[in-house]
Amino acid sequence: MNLDLTFFNWAVVSSFLLKGLYFSVFLTVVATLGGIFFGTLLALMRLSGKKWLDMPAAIYVNGMRSIPLVMVILWFFLLVPNIIGRPIGPEYSAVITFVAFEAAYFSEIMRAGIQSIPRGQVFAGQAVGMTYGQNMKLVILPQAFRNMLPVLLTQTIILFQDTSLVYAIGAYDLFKGFDTAGKNFGRPEEAYLLAAVVYFVLCYSLSWLVKRLHKKIAIIR
Amino acid sequence: MGKWDWQVFLEDPGGKIPTYWQWLVSAWGWTVSVSLCSLVVALVLGSLVGVIRTLPDSPWLVRFGNAWVELFRNVPLLVQIFLWYHVVPKMFPVMSGLPPFILVVFALGFFTSARIAEQLRSGIQALPKGQRYAGMAVGFTTPQYYRYVILPMAYRIIIPPLTSESMNIFKNSSVAFAVSIPEMIQFAMQAGEETSRVTEMYMAVTVLYVISAMVINRIMAWVEKRVRVPGFVVAGTGGGGH
Repeated sequence: MNLDLTFFNWAVVSSFLLKGLYFSVFLTVVATLGGIFFGTLLALMRLSGKKWLDMPAAIYVNGMRSIPLVMVILWFFLLVPNIIGRPIGPEYSAVITFVAFEAAYFSEIMRAGIQSIPRGQVFAGQAVGMTYGQNMKLVILPQAFRNMLPVLLTQTIILFQDTSLVYAIGAYDLFKGFDTAGKNFGRPEEAYLLAAVVYFVLCYSLSWLVKRLHKKIAIIR
Repeated sequence: MGKWDWQVFLEDPGGKIPTYWQWLVSAWGWTVSVSLCSLVVALVLGSLVGVIRTLPDSPWLVRFGNAWVELFRNVPLLVQIFLWYHVVPKMFPVMSGLPPFILVVFALGFFTSARIAEQLRSGIQALPKGQRYAGMAVGFTTPQYYRYVILPMAYRIIIPPLTSESMNIFKNSSVAFAVSIPEMIQFAMQAGEETSRVTEMYMAVTVLYVISAMVINRIMAWVEKRVRVPGFVVAGTGGGGH
C-alpha cells in the first residue's frame, strides 16, 4: 500500500480536526470534573454506614460498571430526550452520559482514597469539634484527593480515549474528524493511521506527565 | 415511549433467522466468541510481554516489552479496531483474506494484552526477590525458574485484576459494532431500528450484559478458590480502566 499524506494540510486540520479535538477535550474536562463531583458524593453515600444511602449508590455504581460504555451512550441518547421532553443533539447527550458514567468509576477511586486515610484523622477531626461536613471538607477529602491524584488522572486519560465511542451516536469528536476527513479525500487508511498517531502522542505525553507528578508527590510524602 | 411490547421478540426479522429472540441469542454468541477468542490472544501475548519485561540482563527485550505496552495502551480501542479492520489488510496483503471476526479478535486481543502484560509485570515484581534467587540457587535455568517458581505465584497474585480484565474484555467487545460484527450492540441498533421497539431491545441486551458479567465474576471467584495456595496471602495489585 502506498501511503499518501499530501491531502493532510492546515486546511484539513482547521476545518475537520480542530472542531473535533475541541469537543473531545471539552467532553473529557466536563466529564472529569462532573464525574469527580458526583463520584465523591456516591463514595460518601457508600461510606455513610446508612443502608438507605449505601444501597442505591452501590446499585448505581455496580450497574454502570457492568454495562459497556457504548450501551450506556445509546441508552442516554434514547432516554434523555424522553425525560426532558425535547430532542437534544448527540453532543449534549454525550456530555450527560459521560458525567453519569464516569461518576461510577470515579466513585470507586474516591472510595479507595477516603478509606486510605487512617481512622485517627477522622477521630482527630471529631475531637476538635468538627461536624461531619467540616471534617470531610477540611481533613479527609483534601488528603484523599492528594493520595488519589495519579489514579484520577490516569482515569482521565482512559476517559479521553473513551470519548471516541461517541462514534455510536454520531457526535463530532476528534476521531470523527479524522473519519470524515479520510472519507472526504478518499484516504481513510491514512486518516485512521494519523488518528492513531495523534491519540498516541496526546495520551503518551499525558501519562508521562502523570508519572512525573506521581514521583513528585511520592517524595514529599 | 408508550407501553411495553415484549411480543416483538417473536416477530420475524425477515432474514435467515426466524425470530428476533433467536437473533439476540446469536448476537450474544458473537459477543461471547469475540470475547473468549480475544481473551486467549490477550493472555498468550500478555504473558509473553509481561515476562519479557521482568527478564534480568536483557535491556532490549525489556524496552521492547515497555514499548508494546505503551503502544497498545495509548490508542483508543475504537481506533485500534479501525486500524486492524481497514488498514492492516491493505498494508499486509497476506492478511487481506482474513474474515472481520479474526481481525477484531486481534484488535481486542492486542489491546488487552498490554493491560495483562502490565498486571503480570507488577505481579512478578510483587514477589519477594528471594523466590527468584531460590530458583537460581537450585540450578534452574531462566525458563525453568519462571515456569516452576515465579509464574505459578505471579498468576495467583493477579487473579483479581485478571477477573476485572475478563469482564472488561466482555464489555469492550461491544466496540466491534463499529466494524459490523453482528454482536449485541449491533443487534440492539439494527433490531431497534427495524421494529421501532428500541427500549425493549436495549433492555434485553443490557440484561444479557449484566448477567454475563455476573457469570464471569462467579467463574473467576471459583478459579481463585480452586487454585489458592494454603497460607499464601494474595495482595491485590489494583486494576482500573473500563
